[in-house]
Amino acid sequence: MAGVLKAPAAEAVAAGPPRRRTGPARLVLVRVAASAAVLWGAVTATFCLLQVMPGGTADVLLARSAVTPEVRDRIIAEYRLDDPLAAQYLAYLGRIARGEFGDSYVLRRPVWDAIGSQLPHTLLLVLATLLVTLVASVLLAVVSAHRRRWVRSSFSAAESLVVALPPFWLGLLLLTVFSFNLHWFPAIGSSSLSGLVLPTAALAAGPVAVMTGVLRDGLLRALEEPFVVTARSRGIGELALRLRHVLRHALLPATTLLGWIAGSLIGGAVIIEIVFSRQGIGRMVLFAVENKDMPVVIAIVLLTAAVFVLVNIAVDILVWMIDPRTREAGS
Amino acid sequence: MAKSFWPGAVVLTLLAVLALFPSLFTGTDPDAADLNATLQPPSGAHWLGTDQNGRDLYARIVHGAGPSLLIGAGAVGLALVAGVLVGVAAAQLGRTVDQVLSRSLDVILSVPGLLLVFLVVAVLGPGGGPASVGLAVVSLPGFARVARAEVIRLRGAHYVEAAHGFGWSRAQVVLRHILPNALGPVMVLATVTLGAMIVAGSSLSFVGLGPQPPTAEWGAMLADSQEFLAVAWWPAAFPGAAITVAVLAVTVVGGHLQRRIERGRT
Amino acid sequence: MSPVVPENAAGGGETDMSPASGDTEELLSVRDLVVGFATGREYVDAVRGVSFQIGRGQVVAIVGESGSGKSVTARSLVGLAGDGAGVRAEELAFDGLDLRQVRGRRWRALRGRRIGFVLQDALGSLDPLRRVGAEVAEPLREHRIVPAGETGAEVVRLLGSAGVPLPESRARQYSHEMSGGLRQRALIASALAARPDLLIADEPTTALDATVQRQVLRLLRDRADNGTAILLISHDLGVVAEIADHVYVMKDGRFVENGPARMVLRTPSHPYTRILVAAALGQGRGPARGGDAAPAGPDPDPGRVVLRADGLVKRYRLPGRGAFTAVDEVSVEVRAGETLGIVGESGSGKTTVGRLLLGLVAPDAGRVEVNGRLWNELRGPERRTARRRVQMIYQHPLASFDPRYTARQLLEEPLRAERVPGAERARRVAELLEHVGLGDEVLRRRARELSGGQRQRLAIARALAPRPDVIICDEPVSALDASIQAQVLDVLADVQERLGVAYVFISHDLGVIRRISHEVVVMKDGRVVESGDIRKVFEAPEHQYTKALLDAVPRLHGAGPAGAQAILNPR
Repeated sequence: MAGVLKAPAAEAVAAGPPRRRTGPARLVLVRVAASAAVLWGAVTATFCLLQVMPGGTADVLLARSAVTPEVRDRIIAEYRLDDPLAAQYLAYLGRIARGEFGDSYVLRRPVWDAIGSQLPHTLLLVLATLLVTLVASVLLAVVSAHRRRWVRSSFSAAESLVVALPPFWLGLLLLTVFSFNLHWFPAIGSSSLSGLVLPTAALAAGPVAVMTGVLRDGLLRALEEPFVVTARSRGIGELALRLRHVLRHALLPATTLLGWIAGSLIGGAVIIEIVFSRQGIGRMVLFAVENKDMPVVIAIVLLTAAVFVLVNIAVDILVWMIDPRTREAGS
Repeated sequence: MAKSFWPGAVVLTLLAVLALFPSLFTGTDPDAADLNATLQPPSGAHWLGTDQNGRDLYARIVHGAGPSLLIGAGAVGLALVAGVLVGVAAAQLGRTVDQVLSRSLDVILSVPGLLLVFLVVAVLGPGGGPASVGLAVVSLPGFARVARAEVIRLRGAHYVEAAHGFGWSRAQVVLRHILPNALGPVMVLATVTLGAMIVAGSSLSFVGLGPQPPTAEWGAMLADSQEFLAVAWWPAAFPGAAITVAVLAVTVVGGHLQRRIERGRT
Repeated sequence: MSPVVPENAAGGGETDMSPASGDTEELLSVRDLVVGFATGREYVDAVRGVSFQIGRGQVVAIVGESGSGKSVTARSLVGLAGDGAGVRAEELAFDGLDLRQVRGRRWRALRGRRIGFVLQDALGSLDPLRRVGAEVAEPLREHRIVPAGETGAEVVRLLGSAGVPLPESRARQYSHEMSGGLRQRALIASALAARPDLLIADEPTTALDATVQRQVLRLLRDRADNGTAILLISHDLGVVAEIADHVYVMKDGRFVENGPARMVLRTPSHPYTRILVAAALGQGRGPARGGDAAPAGPDPDPGRVVLRADGLVKRYRLPGRGAFTAVDEVSVEVRAGETLGIVGESGSGKTTVGRLLLGLVAPDAGRVEVNGRLWNELRGPERRTARRRVQMIYQHPLASFDPRYTARQLLEEPLRAERVPGAERARRVAELLEHVGLGDEVLRRRARELSGGQRQRLAIARALAPRPDVIICDEPVSALDASIQAQVLDVLADVQERLGVAYVFISHDLGVIRRISHEVVVMKDGRVVESGDIRKVFEAPEHQYTKALLDAVPRLHGAGPAGAQAILNPR
């Protein structure tokens, strides 16, 4: 007659009538509001950064580039730098909200122009990597979620090794072998599809390794659950068991991880673009950092933050779709 | 994996000694250029060959251990101390403090890691120190969250409840039970993070935002090697291998720690 | 030499389905079943030669404690004993089919369709990511029981006949949205969906409250009366006695006793069966408690009230839906050397009362007095000193021990907190071990290396270390097997007699409460519905709910009046 005691509050809820569920619209609304707050925090942080950096804000924005007094006056007017701090802040918020990131005085062109011309190249690399990561890790996980112990442990040893490889070094190795020795792929350039293969491989290796491990653990853990025995006791086959029951459980932690990976890929792409001398925001952001070109740095940071936030909303919706337990009101 | 713990621990110790006392392992000056012996392949005179300036690669790798590992280790050290302070404050100082701190961490987390480091380096200028600080900012939320969750979990643990029943004061309970038990997961996170930070640190050096030349640093050495990749493989192979071995050793030891702590819990 | 049937053998090769020899009247006939597991290099037999039969319309029960091999026996019958299990038998026949020869696809045709299987732990046994209706429908689709268009209606019918109210809306819910009792019914509905001839139920009522347990058992008995054969697996002889025709008692992989339920319960011959029967009947050792029996112990002032609570109220806020009153106007009194039992089902507020008494939770109204001092008046060092007077024992002792500590450190900690000097400390630790019957070889070990019974003894010893007036015991034996339960209860009673410590004993188990308490408080929905001397309450319950609770205790129908009497009338 062993009884498990439950917290009284939890029991009262569990015994209650069918419960109210959070609808998808409500979920999106709540998440968008929270994300907007986070982005507002990020914008405010960059504003504070501009204030505390040594030198006047106008000088910071100019990044030591030589300009005429007229241009300087225009910056002061544009950013309301002669107004009180509060007004400056509101003006800054308004500009960012309207998507006005100003001009890069180092590049001598509007920030949007500069980013717009480079972003598609980076996005292409990131999306290709995400796709490879998804497909490869699901395949590898299913293959390696094997009954035999040595299969699992050799896969996980290989994963540890791949995770330990610095991606840019992996890029250099791939270049040495496949471009300079075998001449299979071009060493530089981003125009052709074959030019995308090596950068994607270098960028995807780490995420594939991490994701495979998480998916396999999820599969193996789900196969240990009592509901698997129940399902088998109903006479269903192993393939149906994996497709109908187990895979969904394994996808839960993997989905959250995928959101995180998507964000980190934007940073990783910068490094890989340098290795393969590809076009993209990588070279631009580095040049901006080296030259303290704050309008460009801030624009890219805020932009990637916005993308990252959107990706995470998508992940939340995915998890909501997969797992009914997250659909409770108030959680 | 259990069998690989000792090799991992030995390599890690060796790397620590290497980083602290490089002169024990080589008498060669890592910065001595010899323009008559540029890009020499590995040989008896130069075990791992020479770079484009004729500098001995073995000496540079040995002397590079310190700066290379310091970026990652420094970042983890900073993040650990600051993160635990933030996490404990969030858990203990009431709802308002918790909300403010937790939301600030969300802001940090909303920016993809390397880009946040770029922002920090853009403000502070390139160098080993700024790179460490930038990476510390990126990894701080992880430590803060784990510390906060651990303190909250342990506050409700039955054994902490029982300890209050023995008549210990609040501070005594924190010191005897909460902190020592919270430290385990924090240390596991530290080792896991250390591996990632060593890679990230070398990445920053590779793109020129880490320690500035002529300092020998593994990532920077790889950047130098890129130009000559078509003619010489060794300047690219050995520093990269050094990073990989260091990260593997950290991973193995960290995994061992993690399993030990998890076993202790169940 | 019987063939070894490797588990989950790949492929579905055609095999000879020769009819099994043996008694054709039996639906299932098992002779000399041996199940072994390869663990590392060793090969361990979990089941060591058991034989039994089940006929149509019969309920056969296998009773044993954890690790006895009863679940492995059940799973072997559907080929799900697990990875690396080797199943051998002289005979393993189901309705003329030799189960030893069944492989792959053939198993799948049997499972669900001919043999239904209900697992213990309903929460984990239904896929949490799928709707309950989809789970119930799975065997219907798999075995094509009804046309695809009628699946929905059939699911609703099945849920309804398993006693699930509002089956249409319940079918659209997920398992976490249902109570334990409903989940268990849904699971039974799913196992019965394809109308199997044999239903195997492995601990189908564990973790259910007594009243719900009763309903689920009735449901199973009903199915048997309609012709389904049922194999019931349980650790609780009380559960089994309620509905079984024939009982097998299992220990260490063997049957130690078997016979018609009535006989096994009335005249148990094996000592192990006697322990189980005693546990099921709630028969205590030693003299009766309650009534005019003098409280035990050397307390100079035996009737002294050591802990008193008046009008306790505790509310919890619920997300978005106002407040929930966990404890409502509860008053209790605990006297030195006595045990106050608090009994109630889950959610009745009994645990919250325990936490209020300990001062861990502050009441919204009412007061708690420890030795005449109010908790809420005590501050700082005074409060800390007072806290030592009231100790706690938990259901899961492991969670109440700092995982870094050895047993010695655990026992020394309360003594260090009181600054007991070293030599004195060692003496006190030895004394504590002696009180609870542990040897000093445990001192070097950590709690997780000890057995469940040893851990709870250690918890008792540690609770005694500050020499408290009262120990609050929250379901201290609920996680233990019956034979260990008896030992731990004995230790508690023993300690009380020797030291005169008072207990507040919180449990959902009426048998255990009866055995240990002098006074009892019956709780429901946060309120005290009845209280008083244990004999009075159990013999002549006044409140409707108390009667229902006592009524819901699985009755040993085979044991006749003596058994029922034992529950209701403590001797």
